[in-house]
Formats: sequence, C-alpha cells, structure tokens
Amino acid sequence: MARPVQYNTKVKTVEIPEGYSGEGFFATSFDRVIGLARKNSIWPLPFATSCCGIEFMATMASNYDMARFGAERMAFTPRQCDLLMVMGTIAKKMGPVLRQVYLQMAEPRWVMAVGACASSGGIFDTYSVLQGIDQVIPVDVYVPGCPPRPEAIIDGFMNIQQLVHNESLRRRHTDRYKELMTSYGIE
Amino acid sequence: MSLTNEHIKQRLADKFGDQVSGFEESFGVLSFIAPKELNLKVMQFLFDDEELRFRFLTDLTAVHYPDRSGEELAVVYHLYNFQDRVRLRFKVYTATAAPQVFTATALYESANWMERETYDFFGVDFVGHPNLKRILNVDEMTYFPMRKEFPLEDPLRVDKDDEMFGR
Repeated sequence: MARPVQYNTKVKTVEIPEGYSGEGFFATSFDRVIGLARKNSIWPLPFATSCCGIEFMATMASNYDMARFGAERMAFTPRQCDLLMVMGTIAKKMGPVLRQVYLQMAEPRWVMAVGACASSGGIFDTYSVLQGIDQVIPVDVYVPGCPPRPEAIIDGFMNIQQLVHNESLRRRHTDRYKELMTSYGIE
Repeated sequence: MSLTNEHIKQRLADKFGDQVSGFEESFGVLSFIAPKELNLKVMQFLFDDEELRFRFLTDLTAVHYPDRSGEELAVVYHLYNFQDRVRLRFKVYTATAAPQVFTATALYESANWMERETYDFFGVDFVGHPNLKRILNVDEMTYFPMRKEFPLEDPLRVDKDDEMFGR
C-alpha cells in the first residue's frame, strides 16, 4: 500500500562547485558559492508596461513556471531585487522613472530588456518613445520578439543566470564597470 | 419643440451678423467658423442663452493646414447641449506666427487639460490659461510634433541609433 503521506521526491539539486573536500570539511572560493546561491535565487522586479508583460505573466504561471529557476519571489520594490525585467514600450516620459527604479536597486543588479520595444523602440519609431532602454540604463540581456514567447523569456533568464553564476565578485569594482556606469552618468 | 440646426444658425446670424461664416452640416452636426477674437463671445452666447444652453465642452483640439497661409492653425471646439441633446462644432483660425487664442477655461473647466494638450502638440498659445505647459510630452521637447512641418523622417531626431537600423 502506498504511503498515505507523500513527499516530493523530484527535488532538483545543483552540482557541488569545484573545491577540496575531505573528512568533515569542504573548501572552495567565495566566488563560486555566492555565484551559485545568487544564480538560483534571483529576485526579479517586473517593470511591465504592455504586451510583453502579458507574456511575462504566462512565463510566471504554472505552464512555464519560472519558479523552477528559483525566481518565483517577485518583489515590487526595487530595494530588494537583483534583476530588473523591463517589458514593453518605454515612453520618453517614462525614461526618468525607469532610471530612478534602477538607481534604487542595490548592487549587484542586472537588467533584462524583454521584447523589441524595450530593446530598440520596436515599431514605435516616433518622437515620444525611448528608442531602447539602453539609452538610460545599462542592459545585460536583450530578448528579441514582439512579443517574445515565454520560452524566449526563459532563455533570456537563463542567460542572466549564467552571467550571475560566472561573474567575479570583484567585477563591480573594476575600472571597466565604473566606466560603464560613468557613461550613463550613474555614480 | 427641440432645437434645430436652422434655428441655431438663425440665432447666431442675428447676434453676430456676418462675422460668423462657413456654416455647414455633416452627420447632422452644425459647424461654423468664427474670428479668433470673438471665440469667447461666441461661446459665452452659446452658454448663456436660455434657448441654446451649450453648457458642456465635449472636445477641443487643433488642426494644422500648412497651405492656408496666415491662418494655418484651426482650433476646433465641440459643444454639447445636455437638455436637447444637440451637438455643435466651431472653428477659429490663427497663424502659426501668432498662435494666440483666448482660453476657454473660465467658461468650461474641461478646457484646462484639453488646451494644454493642444498647446503640447500644436503650439497654440492659449492666452489666460492658468497652467499652460506640456501635458503628455517630455518638458524638454523643443518642437510641436503634430504640426505638418516636418519631413516624414524627422531630421530633429537624435535618439535613433542608425547603426542598428541600417540607415
């Protein structure tokens, strides 16, 4: 007879990072451990203004289920989030708002531009629309599509995970990173 | 007896003589042209008159006719009479060089934002408006985007990255 109380046996675990192990100890570098932890518990901040946001809802719902990647913890406050997901057309008037949200996020922070509008202005080749959010904030991953399928958003998310996983803890202190920030006028 | 377009036209002609012109009717709505100096007088008359009672401003916008030199901008007022359910439309023309038109905000509160929008997109300067600044576009914008004075590919654009769009 089956057990009356079932428990989940399909728990996915991640690989142990490279390191030295022996009787009762395991030694590895902070980079690897922290990268691993961050990668599998990214807290996204959805900044959804239009149809890509609807695709994002599908991505978050049970069929595509972004929670599988440890990203089910949406927070609608930038202070707690690592990943800014910009989905939809950003009007020029919205530009400063988006930038303010980005500035409120604590380091380390990543940005994903989902869809043609966030990446390049898309079909809105007009005076009132920001021609790509990379005019006001730096972007890590661009997801093409109008709107992109949930699979594409997940693919972009997994690319963000790779960045998070492999990023050196010191990257944000490098001259190159500081130069990038300065080019956007961010201290 | 309900208010007919002929009657409105007669009342306007009696009051303003040949200063109001261009009467026409489309889809049952009477339309006419008034000189821009008289726009408030015409509206006040239409508002106050016990018979006409046009006490609601449905819409206010502008149209740019680049070929009508000296009177390129038309400001269009859509009025409504709630009691008799009659609509009315009238236009005043002004030049882009001197786009000053008296504000309707004292008479109709709803004119406030609509005049700001008309200023934002067409650059009509509503004299006496309490807060005439851009409402939809960014404050830094230096031109009036709905005017027909730009080539189809706007040369003022500096935000388009040509490298990515094959130009």
